[in-house]
Amino acid sequence: MKVLVAVKRVIDYNVKIRVKADHSDVDLTNVKMAMNPFCEIAVEEAVRLKEKGVATEVVAVTVGPKAAQEQLRTALALGADRAIHIETDERAESLAVAKLLAKVVDEEQPGMVILGKQAIDTDNNQTGQMLAALTNLPQGTFASEVTVDGDKVHVTREIDGGLQTVALTLPAIVTTDLRLNEPRYAKLPDIMKAKKKPMDVKTPADLGVEVASKVSLLKVESPAERKGGIKVASVDELIDKLKNEAKVL
Amino acid sequence: MSILVLADLHEGQLAGATAHVVAAAKAIGGDIDVLVAGEGVQAAAEAAAKLDGVSKVRVADNAVYAHQLAEPMGALLVELADGYTHVLASASTTGKNVLPRLAALKDVSQLSDVLAVDSADTFKRPIYAGNAIATVKSDDALKVITVRTTGFDAVGDGGSATIEAVDTVVDNAQSSFVKQELAESDRPELGGAKVVISGGRGMGNGENFKLLDGIADKLGAAIGASRAAVDAGFVPNDMQVGQTGKIVAPELYIAVGISGAIQHLAGMKDSKVIVAINKDDEAPIFQVADYGLVGDLFEILPELESKL
Repeated sequence: MKVLVAVKRVIDYNVKIRVKADHSDVDLTNVKMAMNPFCEIAVEEAVRLKEKGVATEVVAVTVGPKAAQEQLRTALALGADRAIHIETDERAESLAVAKLLAKVVDEEQPGMVILGKQAIDTDNNQTGQMLAALTNLPQGTFASEVTVDGDKVHVTREIDGGLQTVALTLPAIVTTDLRLNEPRYAKLPDIMKAKKKPMDVKTPADLGVEVASKVSLLKVESPAERKGGIKVASVDELIDKLKNEAKVL
Repeated sequence: MSILVLADLHEGQLAGATAHVVAAAKAIGGDIDVLVAGEGVQAAAEAAAKLDGVSKVRVADNAVYAHQLAEPMGALLVELADGYTHVLASASTTGKNVLPRLAALKDVSQLSDVLAVDSADTFKRPIYAGNAIATVKSDDALKVITVRTTGFDAVGDGGSATIEAVDTVVDNAQSSFVKQELAESDRPELGGAKVVISGGRGMGNGENFKLLDGIADKLGAAIGASRAAVDAGFVPNDMQVGQTGKIVAPELYIAVGISGAIQHLAGMKDSKVIVAINKDDEAPIFQVADYGLVGDLFEILPELESKL
């Protein structure tokens, strides 16, 4: 079975973001970028499926600017066999990305597609579900366990209040949650080898997909700052304040 | 304007989130219908009909909608969405699972986690783990929206909507329900609790989370955790408060042994009153806490429990 894994280049999760002075967007100039953490989990899961002998080939794909090839090289260093870069400098929203990935699914015919459940920049949590709808495939979102069993996959999902397990026919779309696995670090020899692995570059036009969206970003602001309060000296003082000042007890 | 709200269900009953989503729909304005889809959901439909501002409750009661699996739910919504200008659901794991399928099949974008309504086509939503708030305008003919429930006060009861059966039945040969394990608890649900007490890495291990039990019992609180505590394996992920977990906004939030990482603050900073208990007086959590108590949580927690 071939596994397609989608990755996204985003701001490094350790970086504190700044809003631009003109409120047009978040300032990403000279900011450290990295693979979206949920996508790292997706790559790890795909590689583990290959190590278990379930997957025969792992193909990494991204949609983004030229620089996003760094994240594809990371995926290759972590164990993906080859990569597809759909190059665009436009702001590609979830729907456009899902349409592009649907074209790749059509060409590659994978047995499973694994994506992160959300990217930590736009926090949309949509692309996997949209891809599933567009390809008319079943979906196992927010996965904390993925088990392939013959022509089906069992996906345990993190839902509000607990866990739910669903059985899906293959091919299927899976999106990763935090506890699915703990991604490995790429070793230096693998990083060197990754430079020689094949990478195919296409454009949205090659795939016949329009990237423009009907949603416009009007303004970006910093959230209202919460002011710190006071320090209390004892449990008694805390209880007194909560009862008599905040009146929440 | 004409709005369809997908009702959230919890074990077949109407979940509290729905009253918040209806409030968001009222902020947009127009006729509000609620779709209750599942198996054996008449009681949930009757509860939805009482929500203030709802004109009509549409009930799709069929085994294919049991557990609200994404594939049949998406197909049902596609059938029903015609004639509506907006389709809303809460940003619960069900809403997040189902709504993007509708959006994709209708060839429109989705706006996720909307926390404020500026107008019928312009909304505010958090990006970058809540560290920025984006104002976005949608020119799509159908607006598909998930709602962050903490952004809208729940509507009350007092409505008397009509209830109408939907006989659309879709096929689903692709997915099937295997099992569900919901955490058994007498405590209020984390998302809707008036008081939340959360533990972080400072709790040391999972066993020590029992120190929060007695206080939670006395306050009627739900128990949460930081991502650090979840990642360390102390407690399950469904207890996680933060951008990658639950977003809460209770009357009182007590953070114990939590340093206050950005991703945690994104999940609780809209709480009315925040209390922080931490041994490190430089911990960032104190910058957002109304009341901070510096000290050893293993001494403070038993004392707090006995004095409440």
